[in-house]
Amino acid sequence: MDRTVNQKAWFLVLPVFLVVAFSAVLPLMTVVNYSMQDTFGNNQFFWNGVGWFKELLDPSTDLGGRFFASLWRNLFFSAVILAIEVPLGIVVALSMPRRGWSVAACLVIMALPLLIPWNVVGTIWQIFGRPDIGLLGYVLHKIGLNYNYVSNDLDAWATVIVMDVWHWTSLVALLCYAGLKSIPDAYYQAAQIDGASRWAVFKAIQLPKMNRVLLIAVLLRFMDSFMIYTEPFVVTGGGPGNSTTFVSIELVKIALGQFDLGKAAALSLVYNLIIIIVCWVFYTVMTNAGAERQPSKGVA
Amino acid sequence: MARIDLVDLAHSYSGNDAPESFALKPISMTWRQGGAYALLGPSGCGKTTLLNLISGIVTPSRGKILFDGRDMTALSTQKRNIAQVFQFPVIYDTMSVGENLAFPLKNRGVPKSESDARVAEIAALLDLTPYLSRKATRLTADAKQKISLGRGLVRSDVAAVLFDEPLTVIDPELKWQLRSKLKALHRTLDLTMIYVTHDQTEALTFADTVVVMHDGRVVQSGTPTELFDKPAHTFVGYFIGSPGMNIVPAEVRGREARIDGHTIALNRSYHRLPSGAKIEIGVRPEFVEIAPAAPGLLAANIERIDDLGRIRFARVRIGNAKLAARVPPSLSIPDNAAGLLFDPSHVHVYADSVLVEGSA
Repeated sequence: MDRTVNQKAWFLVLPVFLVVAFSAVLPLMTVVNYSMQDTFGNNQFFWNGVGWFKELLDPSTDLGGRFFASLWRNLFFSAVILAIEVPLGIVVALSMPRRGWSVAACLVIMALPLLIPWNVVGTIWQIFGRPDIGLLGYVLHKIGLNYNYVSNDLDAWATVIVMDVWHWTSLVALLCYAGLKSIPDAYYQAAQIDGASRWAVFKAIQLPKMNRVLLIAVLLRFMDSFMIYTEPFVVTGGGPGNSTTFVSIELVKIALGQFDLGKAAALSLVYNLIIIIVCWVFYTVMTNAGAERQPSKGVA
Repeated sequence: MARIDLVDLAHSYSGNDAPESFALKPISMTWRQGGAYALLGPSGCGKTTLLNLISGIVTPSRGKILFDGRDMTALSTQKRNIAQVFQFPVIYDTMSVGENLAFPLKNRGVPKSESDARVAEIAALLDLTPYLSRKATRLTADAKQKISLGRGLVRSDVAAVLFDEPLTVIDPELKWQLRSKLKALHRTLDLTMIYVTHDQTEALTFADTVVVMHDGRVVQSGTPTELFDKPAHTFVGYFIGSPGMNIVPAEVRGREARIDGHTIALNRSYHRLPSGAKIEIGVRPEFVEIAPAAPGLLAANIERIDDLGRIRFARVRIGNAKLAARVPPSLSIPDNAAGLLFDPSHVHVYADSVLVEGSA
């Protein structure tokens, strides 16, 4: 086949290169630059090589200790969030109506939490949980529970988790609902004919057909919960003590609180890398789950 | 296995009681145990509705469904003991081909050994044996539909197996193979089969009894020969046969029918035709022969001749009416002016589209 060689086509790609360069590559390189240097203010920088990375990855140092503590805390938080929101989202999606006016009503109600800005969500729950003026806190105190998210680690965790579930389960549910809606009626009819139980229908039809959207839901919920900052910051400020200080809260403390740009830059690069690696693992595992290895030939 | 009786069965999707809104108008009929039936009719005539009523996917607005005399109307599909294969293949793609076939048995708690034996038998009949342990993903449309058919046939205790245009997605050459396979399976497995289709060839080759539906009604039910020789309704005459039956408005008196001022002899006598009804005569193109124009023959103008290879049909015009007629071998008519010869034993009389039985 004859191909016309036309180098002018590069000009069409150029704008994208420029946008990506200025929006992603250059800022990232700035961070890489900071991560290799130390500063004592006054815009004076000193070369530090991989010093910050060594310190960051060594749990016995102050920086490493804080990083690993917040990392495990954050991974645990993400695991809890996924373990609650994904099954709950599926259950909600399964119990949503399929047709009629109630579909629209359900969708609007489900979408509401998603439309509220993060710091407003934080503020809502911060007030909601206060024993003096918050409905939740007040009621819990009235029924004799000593609930206090400011001083009790467990209460703080419970509040942050319930808040996230309240805020984001709808996203999982809406994605699953879209997946369920795409299943043709014939599948349900065939399952009826085949005498499948409700559970068998779920296992044989609904779950496999939701595979794709669930992958998206898990990735989005993982990334979001692993990067969570605003809501716990507004509600607990990372406390009591450090008990709800997640990686991004720690990062902001180091970068803006202490103004340790080098340490913060090293931390954000490692943080970034972890997110990418975990997402890649999720993606690979979930796309290969159940997929057959050998390429198939048609059955004649 | 069972005899299936439909008693005054009707269904309206809108829940409206007006007769026009019924997708299926009240019918009563019996499906014999072990029969091979075809439900034939154009799209939207209510054949899929009838099938879904029998299988229980749809609950009828009125009437009853009896299996061997037991009322099944209120029972769910799962409890009805019926198998159905749909127009588009349904595959459980997380399972292997074998697990797909065993699924209906597994759900009903059939012991593993028994179910394995049955799956092996059905797989052998459908040539699926080499693929039993394969994952049921990335298969061709016909392989998928074979698995769907297999799931329909795998239960030996079903009252009937219903097929809803199962070969729509299959390539024409494979259609023939699968259809003959189904026919063979019907003989081997001795199951009642009801096959819905809008393709007359499919219906006539598959079934011993063809049920023709039109506009929510069963207009005739009979063997392919009966449908061909004595259509009970002009729709049957027109829908079955290629080309379809000639239906021409006529005046019928006693043993004579008059078309365009010309008299055609009838084999039977029609004295008590309902007054005010639209009277037509119907005759299949196979029983009208073209001859050179002659006095005493109905004069017709030939518009074109379709050569179907083994037989030729002429499209002719008489006044406003259009007819098809057989052209005898080696006959040629130079000036397109021809006469028509009718075979009196195959000329039927219809009043308001319904066949009228004459007296001898």
